[in-house]
Amino acid sequence: MKLLFTLLMLIPLISYSQKFKSDSSYVRFFSEAPLENIEAVNSKAVSIIDLSNGNFVFSIPVNQFHFDKSLMEEHFNENYLETEKYPKATFKGSFKPSSLVDGAQTVTASGDFNIHGQTRPVNIEGTLTKSDNQVLVKATFTIKIVEYKIKIPKAVFYNIAEEVEVTVYFEYKEL
Amino acid sequence: MKKIFVLLLISALVSPAFCQDDLMDLLEDDAPKNERVTSTFKSTRLINGHTTETRTQGVLEFIIGHRFGRLNEGGENLWGLDFAQIRLGLEYGVSDNLNIGIGRSGVDKTFDLFAKYKFLRQSTSVPVSAALFVSGARRADSAFKNLLEGQGIPFEGKYRNAYTYQLLIARKMTSALSLQVVPTIIHRNYVATSTEPNDLLALGLGGRYKITNRVTINAEYIPTLNQENDDFKNAIAIGIDLETGGHVFQLHLTNAQRLQERGFIGETTGNFFDGDIHFGFNVSRVFNVAVKQNIPR
Repeated sequence: MKLLFTLLMLIPLISYSQKFKSDSSYVRFFSEAPLENIEAVNSKAVSIIDLSNGNFVFSIPVNQFHFDKSLMEEHFNENYLETEKYPKATFKGSFKPSSLVDGAQTVTASGDFNIHGQTRPVNIEGTLTKSDNQVLVKATFTIKIVEYKIKIPKAVFYNIAEEVEVTVYFEYKEL
Repeated sequence: MKKIFVLLLISALVSPAFCQDDLMDLLEDDAPKNERVTSTFKSTRLINGHTTETRTQGVLEFIIGHRFGRLNEGGENLWGLDFAQIRLGLEYGVSDNLNIGIGRSGVDKTFDLFAKYKFLRQSTSVPVSAALFVSGARRADSAFKNLLEGQGIPFEGKYRNAYTYQLLIARKMTSALSLQVVPTIIHRNYVATSTEPNDLLALGLGGRYKITNRVTINAEYIPTLNQENDDFKNAIAIGIDLETGGHVFQLHLTNAQRLQERGFIGETTGNFFDGDIHFGFNVSRVFNVAVKQNIPR
């Protein structure tokens, strides 16, 4: 009886996962083109990371990207990412190695990236920094916009690059 | 003791289940709640008249409005294309909500100044966008000078000016459909006949329907409410907007050839259904002259 009691008491402790949720974030994309560079920043992305099993997700409200040029922002939402139709970009996957040490380490997250309603398998290499009650994740990766069916008409006056560099940064607190 | 046991049993059963929750579901609640509705119209003009759209702070827009002659002039005048009237306009975003502009129209050699202030933005909690529009227009043509002086009236500012006051109210009904109503008063210090009121009232109606991301169909009808001179007709227009990133081309058919509010609302003489239709276009180009730094670096 006492053994059972102890066991039962332990189960919740063991199985309770180590989930961390972002309380601060920064997503930037940058594309270099002959005519003008395009850059936008989003501070409304959210993420959860589970250190017990390496699960990692993030969600970016695409219409919260801000540009210096308001018209560029409008066209980004209206014409390219169609954010009324596809409001979020999401990543769902897991990272390796799953055993973490305190301090900074390189991890690779593999999973599905969904942008503009299109899902593509991706591998994202980044840095995970772990301390007692905080986790930081930073990653920079490249996406090819053609893979996500983002159409760029020939007669556009901005020269838009085919590859976009994306940087994501999350600061997590334990959930 | 038994109670604690049961409690622990429950927690043991519940917590692994909690653990398996889809992490994505835990993020769902974090979507921004009160979102602004943007891009109600592609341009600051619907066709002849303004929309609730404003250019943002530091953006300078150059607009060329062009109206050819009437389609029913026939082949000799290449269906109106031999004659054109132009308004050249420069408009500037003083702030995201306040725009000012100057323009000069060929018809009646009219100079105009305007200010437009957007005081309401549609969002998930606000049903419409709304803006106030005020403009002043001054005629400078010698025909008008002769007309006034022939009646013994000096060619002074107060007789040459007309003022337009509009309340623009628009709602983006769906991502494709936007509608607008525009109660309007045009005050004219001088009118040519007693059948024309000094304060002309009108109610602009219009909308756009988006057929692709870059193309919309627009329509606009501006009935006047107290016009008693039968020579003047209500302005009707249909058109399309073609947006190409930085440029918006608006092509339209309208019975109004004048390009300033006083003219197209109060002094349109063409009968649309008799073929007094002008082909026209507005072309705009925006320049970012004082770009606000929106991006934290």
